[in-house]
Amino acid sequence: MRDNLVKHLLLSCASLSIVFLAGITVTLFKEGLPIFKEVSVFKFLFGRYWYPTYDPPDFGILPLILGSLWVTLGALFVAVPLGVGSAMYISELAHPKLREILKPMVELLASVPSVVYGFFGMVFLGPLVQRLFDLPVGLTCFTASIILGMMALPTVASIAEDAISAVPRELREASYALGAMKWETITKVVVPAASSGIIAAVILGFGRAIGETMTVLMVAGGAAVIPRSVFQPVRTMTATIAAEMGEAPMGSDHYHALFGIALVLFFITLGFNLLADKIIKG
Amino acid sequence: MRRFKQFVGFVVLKTSVVVGVLFLFSLIVVIALNGARVLSPEFLLEFPREGMTGGGIFPAIVGTFLLSLGAVGFALPLGVLGAIYLREYAGGGRLVRAIRTGINTLSGVPSVVFGLFGLAVFVKLFGFGVSVLSGSLTLGILILPVIIRSTEEAIEAVPREFREASYALGATKWQTVKGVVLPAALPGILTGAILGVGRAAGETAPILFTAATFYTRHLPGSPFDEVMALPYHIYALMTEGTEPEHQVPIAYGTALVLLLLVLAVNFIAIVIRYRARRARKW
Repeated sequence: MRDNLVKHLLLSCASLSIVFLAGITVTLFKEGLPIFKEVSVFKFLFGRYWYPTYDPPDFGILPLILGSLWVTLGALFVAVPLGVGSAMYISELAHPKLREILKPMVELLASVPSVVYGFFGMVFLGPLVQRLFDLPVGLTCFTASIILGMMALPTVASIAEDAISAVPRELREASYALGAMKWETITKVVVPAASSGIIAAVILGFGRAIGETMTVLMVAGGAAVIPRSVFQPVRTMTATIAAEMGEAPMGSDHYHALFGIALVLFFITLGFNLLADKIIKG
Repeated sequence: MRRFKQFVGFVVLKTSVVVGVLFLFSLIVVIALNGARVLSPEFLLEFPREGMTGGGIFPAIVGTFLLSLGAVGFALPLGVLGAIYLREYAGGGRLVRAIRTGINTLSGVPSVVFGLFGLAVFVKLFGFGVSVLSGSLTLGILILPVIIRSTEEAIEAVPREFREASYALGATKWQTVKGVVLPAALPGILTGAILGVGRAAGETAPILFTAATFYTRHLPGSPFDEVMALPYHIYALMTEGTEPEHQVPIAYGTALVLLLLVLAVNFIAIVIRYRARRARKW
């Protein structure tokens, strides 16, 4: 009797994650949908101008979506080679003692708060990029991509590492028995065997990078225009929400439009996470 | 030729690790060297002065302390109880799969979306206002998946024989969980709680519209007061105000304090995990 009561209490605690997730979804819809009474879904998603405070206002989020995509893809250019390379090194080459040091270091890299990365980007990397490439401003899509890539690196590295270390030893031994060298075994046997996990790592890295807020808010420069070059300031969906929510009057079109952006963002990340989940489970 | 290929391949892998490590080091060094210049007992224990261009960061330290403790206080009991259900009580049914997907999805939701949820639900709907309470609850939901996962891992590591011995002595399921499983899993649960503190302390986007204020002359007197917080303080110093020559040094100091706090917290978690693993008698 008492055990049954306990069981139900525990179950309700376990279900809270679903409750919160449902709460987030409902809230986003409730506060985000009203904007589509003002602009059509098509005009919202593909409108080229984001001038929420003009009269009449423009609520086109295409520049913000493209800003997010550019910065995120740039980040993957940094995070995927470095992350997968690190994972291969840590699980296949590193001495066990070195591995014991490197793995916590990857965790430390992951634990640095995003605002600290953003700060580092503003005071150090931004000026460096500006001087190196002789640009009018240092806070650009390029700068944000590098920082964001370093932030996504631990995600990519740790999941890829799990996948690589899960490859059975017999596969490697069979490859050695056929006369393959270590490098050949890694590239032709281990990596193909771990490929679904590595792909999942890349997808989760994408999800992590596109949802990142403070870094891009501080480092990407913040111009809400359709990007033409990587050395140009851009503005992402997340940065727009964070920068403008404080000024948008509660219940205004602007307020609902920002929730609308969050709705789009939520479904993008949800889609990528479910996809990665599916790939990992096979 | 094959040897040469292998040599080049290994160099590439090593380089990818070195790049990550170098980035982490340069971030720490840049912030430590510049931050150490302003760090002093007064900096830690005084209120800000002259419109944020002088004085210390005491209220921000207190605010971050309150917010992260509040978040863990909210998420720890719920997360631990939920994890107990998932590991000890649940079968492999549809509900459990849904809960797991829920936890995974929740951990992939962008932090700024949590902020919007907190704003719409805790600040407005529940009427808690921009306050320690709203911020703690928002951060609590954000770290819930961290707590659940580490608790699950800790419970999973408890050998089955422990439970069987307890049942053999006539204990009920709940007595076994309470008296045998939880004590054995305690170091792992503690690690999760500490990691949760570290994560909550560093988050900015979720507290932007739910808890944080740029400047206050008082410490919060009740859970319904707004607070200053370290991560928001860095952001505000870098993006608001008109005297960067005075504000940037303070931001360096604040970033160093936050970085030290988060790294220390993670280091403690790593040490606890390591010692627990060594002290384990099974």
